[in-house]
Amino acid sequence: MAALTIATNLKKSAIAALWLAFLTMPVMVIRVDTVENTIVWRWMHLVYMLGGSFVLALIWHFMMDRRDRGAAVRESADGEAEGRLSRFVNNPRVLKPMLAFGFIVAAAFPWVFSMYQTNILISALIYVVLGLGLNITVGLAGLLDLGYVAFYAVGAYAYALLNHHFHLGFWTVLPMAAILGSFFGILLGFPVLRLRGDYLAIVTLGFGQIVKLVLENWNDFSYGPSGISNISRPGLFGINYSVENATTYIYYIMLGLVILAIVTTARLKDSRVGRAWLALREDEIACQAMGIDNTRAKLMAFSLGATLAATMGAVFAAKTTFINPASFTFMESAMILAIVVLGGMGSVLGVILGAFLLILLPEYMRAFSEYRMLLFGATMIVVMVFRPEGLIKARRKVYKINTETL
Amino acid sequence: MEYFLQLFFSGLSKGSVYALIALGYTMVYGIIELINFAHGEIYMIGAFMGLIVAGVLTSLGWPALSILALALVVAVLYSAAYGYTVEKIAYKPLRGAQRLAPLISAIGMSILLQNYIMLAQTPDFLPFPHLIPDLSFMEPYRSYLGTSDLFIVVTSLVTMVALTLFIKFTRMGKAMRATAQNRKMAMLVGVNVDQVISMTFIIGSGLAAVGGVLIASHIGQINFYIGFIAGIKAFTAAVLGGIGSIPGAMLGGLVLGWTESFATGYVSSDYEDVFAFCLLVLILIFRPAGLLGKQRAQKV
Repeated sequence: MAALTIATNLKKSAIAALWLAFLTMPVMVIRVDTVENTIVWRWMHLVYMLGGSFVLALIWHFMMDRRDRGAAVRESADGEAEGRLSRFVNNPRVLKPMLAFGFIVAAAFPWVFSMYQTNILISALIYVVLGLGLNITVGLAGLLDLGYVAFYAVGAYAYALLNHHFHLGFWTVLPMAAILGSFFGILLGFPVLRLRGDYLAIVTLGFGQIVKLVLENWNDFSYGPSGISNISRPGLFGINYSVENATTYIYYIMLGLVILAIVTTARLKDSRVGRAWLALREDEIACQAMGIDNTRAKLMAFSLGATLAATMGAVFAAKTTFINPASFTFMESAMILAIVVLGGMGSVLGVILGAFLLILLPEYMRAFSEYRMLLFGATMIVVMVFRPEGLIKARRKVYKINTETL
Repeated sequence: MEYFLQLFFSGLSKGSVYALIALGYTMVYGIIELINFAHGEIYMIGAFMGLIVAGVLTSLGWPALSILALALVVAVLYSAAYGYTVEKIAYKPLRGAQRLAPLISAIGMSILLQNYIMLAQTPDFLPFPHLIPDLSFMEPYRSYLGTSDLFIVVTSLVTMVALTLFIKFTRMGKAMRATAQNRKMAMLVGVNVDQVISMTFIIGSGLAAVGGVLIASHIGQINFYIGFIAGIKAFTAAVLGGIGSIPGAMLGGLVLGWTESFATGYVSSDYEDVFAFCLLVLILIFRPAGLLGKQRAQKV
């Protein structure tokens, strides 16, 4: 039996390799220059393609077999089987020491590692919070938002412009950015209240594009594509830090904000509003029939998500001291969405893990810098095919009634 | 008046290309309810195939019109094969998974294809030869209607009529409509749903490739990134017309093309894309199912 499957897999992979080589042949082999009228033939690429796709197809088929067998086991065992990883990290006896260890490492990080590493970690932390924010809108309330980066841009430009024109400091603008973000969240939320599913996705995508295009073209307001530079770094009671100290300082600010965001979202998830969101995600009509105010729940999800994004925008502007519209493209929204979905929708721990994976991996894969986006795209597909519920599955709070004490 | 006509025809040709791409979105959405984010990339690959065929044949010294014909055919075939393969790799294993999973793998596929073309070809803009010759009888209308505009409109029109006939009268077309209406029921009456889905991807990708070659030859340059914005706009067109509806996609494409063309001509050229999205938001607020979409009551 096993030999037979291996034989069929080998045959299937050989066919797949031939097919892929045929598909990629023109693009990989031929390069034309229509001005000089020259053609370059690169036949070696075809050989690489054949070999590479054969190996990949073999692995793919092997994994597919495993996946299908796993599905069969799950079905026969009726009830939800959790993956080993999510069971491991959701176990409180593992989770608590892990959290303590993580906190110590995080607190000591800037003193042990270089400024470069700290900077990378700051951006990873920014994405953790962005992921948590989008997790509220997409993961909990089930509202697919493809223009999330617009709120991030709102926060960043709020700080940059207020700093540029009125020389307001970071700590003054941070709450203002948060309020502005929630305002924009409601602004987007109102027109899309009636839309569901994919229509919502495309309207939010359009909203994100509109914000970016306005920032690009309204030169008097946002200084256009050249952006705003010389934004001041955060200070503390008038102290201005050197670049190195400022990085450490921003790192600790970020760490504080991350912890705040984690605690808030984890608590929100089990609160009355959080349960309303889950109900909304599962079935809008049933949710309304249960007496939940749909409008309120939706607007709250949008505005809370937007608040977190705008706050992060202000931190981002303060960290890089320079922003332009190129930082707020659709790819950025897709990246944040990927963090949420790859990590596991609705799961706080999953989002954190997803953010670290997706931000740190490309950062440390600079050795393959040309191929990293290719690998990134491939990873997204592979994870979705083999783990569609994300790395760590969200856990719903379960209330158990003890019949003996009743 | 001449300015108006110029804008009208450029909007018409742009709109018909949007319509060609939008058809792929709308057909796929109608059948498996998935926004195929990689569709824009299929369009881009179609344009690259056209470029490669044109480059090779030009160096062999073929006449212009036969190059155009062969470039179109090869681009359509290859793009169709790409569409088929993309479905097999990224969407088929995810049937029955939660709704966001195929969307994410579609975004992943889009990133993958973009970078594949960038690495295999070049990250820079490549000049695309003018495959559509200037015909002499078009001379008097030159000031507002170029030959390539006319050619794009006629080709798109012919393609769309062919598609409509295919959907209406062939066995496969009937099976497609049945699957779009109710997939389970179609399966019960013996429709091979997997085959229908593959066919949908093949046809949609082929249509996108026609649009890709035509518009690339019209504009004169391509790079690996052209699929993204074209894809978003075509999707906008599909939603505008009512997603899942084939005449809706055609109408949506034209409305979008004209809106862009007139708004840039009479208002401001900086905000071309903003107009498109504002139009979309307005239509969705007042007619959430799109222009030709049917407002369906939700069963509880």
